[in-house]
Amino acid sequence: MNPTLQKILVPTAAIVIFLVVWEFIVWAAGWPNYKMASPSDLLPAFSKHWSLFLTMGWQTLWRTVVGLIIAVIFGTGVGMIMGFSRLMRDALYPLLVGFNAIPKATVVPIVALMFVGAHDFNTVLIAFMISFFPIAVSVSIGLSTLEPEYRDILRSLGASQSTIFWKIALPKTLPEFFGALKVAVTLAFIGTNLMEIVSPHGRGLGALFDSGKTNSDYPLMFAVLIALAALGIVLYYIVVALEKVFAGWAERPQQ
Amino acid sequence: MYPMIKIEGVRHAYKTPSGPLPVLDGLELSLNEGGFVAVVGPSGCGKSTLTKLVSGLMKPDEGKVMLHGEVVTGPRNTVGMAFQNPVMLEWRTILQNVMLPLEIVPNKLTKAEREDRARHLLALVGLTGFEDKRPSELSGGMRQRASLCRALVHKPEVLILDEPFGALDAFTREDLWQTMHKVKENEPFTGILITHDLREAIFLADQVIVLSGRPARTQYVLDVPDTGPRDLDHLYTPEAAEMLAVLRHQIEIAQGRASAEEVAE
Repeated sequence: MNPTLQKILVPTAAIVIFLVVWEFIVWAAGWPNYKMASPSDLLPAFSKHWSLFLTMGWQTLWRTVVGLIIAVIFGTGVGMIMGFSRLMRDALYPLLVGFNAIPKATVVPIVALMFVGAHDFNTVLIAFMISFFPIAVSVSIGLSTLEPEYRDILRSLGASQSTIFWKIALPKTLPEFFGALKVAVTLAFIGTNLMEIVSPHGRGLGALFDSGKTNSDYPLMFAVLIALAALGIVLYYIVVALEKVFAGWAERPQQ
Repeated sequence: MYPMIKIEGVRHAYKTPSGPLPVLDGLELSLNEGGFVAVVGPSGCGKSTLTKLVSGLMKPDEGKVMLHGEVVTGPRNTVGMAFQNPVMLEWRTILQNVMLPLEIVPNKLTKAEREDRARHLLALVGLTGFEDKRPSELSGGMRQRASLCRALVHKPEVLILDEPFGALDAFTREDLWQTMHKVKENEPFTGILITHDLREAIFLADQVIVLSGRPARTQYVLDVPDTGPRDLDHLYTPEAAEMLAVLRHQIEIAQGRASAEEVAE
C-alpha cells in the first residue's frame, strides 16, 4: 500500500472500528442514553447545537493555546535557569515538584475566587499552570546533559555563552522539548476544561458540558467529550508537524 | 625564537569538598613549531588537565604555560581540539560540522571558501562523498576523522588530541595513525597527543613525555629518532621494541610498580 495513504487510512479505520464496537456494546447491553450514549445519539446532538459547538470550541481552543504559549515561554525560561545553574536547580526543583504535585482541580476554585469574573484570564492561568512543568523539566535536563566536549571546543575557540546557547544548547534540547510539549498539550486542555466546568457562567466546551448536565442532555455531554478529543488530536498533530520541521534530525530512519 | 609551546614549573590542584587535590606538580614541556609530542602516564594523572591549560580553558595555580613566548591567560582561538568522544552536532551535515569553528573564529573567508576548505580536509582524511551525510550515519572511525577536520579547519597553531583513537578498534586505529601522518604532511601543525597507547606514541610523535602518577610531574622524555611520515613496519623494528621497553618501564615506575633505582642498575 502507498505509505501516505496508509498513514491516513489506518488511523481512520481504527476510529471507525472503535465507533462500531461502541455502538454495538451500547445496543447489546440495552443501555439508555443517560447511562451511556452511543455514537448514533451524538450526530443529532452535534447537529442540534453545531453553532454552539463552533463558538464554544473556539473559546476552549484559543484559551488552551494561549495558556500553552505562556507555559512554553515560562517553562523554557525556568528550564534554562535550572539547566545552566546548579545552584538554581537545587533551589527550584523541590518547589516545582511540590507545585506540580498539587491536584489542579483544588486550585481551580481558589483561582476562581481570587480573580472573580475574569473568566478568560482564570482559564488561561490554569491551562498554563498545569502544563509548564514538563517543559521546564525537559529543557533543564536537555541543557544540563550537554556533553562537556561541546563546551570545551566552543569555549577554546573563544565563543561566548550566548553563542554556545544558540549554536548548540538550544537545538540540542529541541527533541526533549517537543516530547514535553506533546504532554503539555493534553495537560493544557485538561486545565482549560476544569476551569470552564467549575466556573459559574463559564464559556467554552466545559461550560457546554455543564449545561448538558444541568438540562439532563446526556448525548450533548458525550458529544462535548468527543469534540474535546477531536481538538486534542488536532493540536497534538500540529505539535508533531512542528517537531518534524525543527527537530526532524533526531528521528531515526525506520527499518 | 621561542618554542611554540613552553610549560614551566606548572602546579595545579582541584578544589574538592575534602580539600585541594593536587594533580600537577612540576610539569615541564617544550615543543618547537611543527613538533608533535605524545604525553603518556597512568590513568587519572592529570593528562586532560594539561590539555585545558594549553587551550586556556584553565589557569594553573603556579608556573607558566606559554605559546610563542606569550603567557596563556584565557582561551585563544589558535587552538584546535579533538577528543576521544567525537561529539558532532547531529542536526548538521558533516560538512557543516567541520565548518563550525569558522563560524566562531573571526576570519575573512567567504561562505564558498569555507566550504572549499572543509571539503579539502574531508578529502584528505578520506571522507569524500560523506559531506552531506548526518553524523548518525557515520561509523566511529569516520566520526573521528570528521572531528579531526573540525579541529584543523581554522588552521590552528596547536592541535590538541585527547585520546582521540582510544575508543576505536585496533585496525581502525592503525588506519587513523596513517591518516594522521598524511594530514600532518599536508596541513602542518604543532601537536600534543594524550594517549594510553605506547605504540601510538612512538608511531606518531617525535617526542614522548612520561608523566608520573598523581600529582604529575614530567618524569621522562624520550626523543623518537625517526620523525616525519613512517609506515607501520616501523613498529616492528628492534629500535621500536627498545623504545617501547623503556617507556613501559617508565610507566611502571609512574604507577609505583617499579622503583627508579632498578632502572639505574
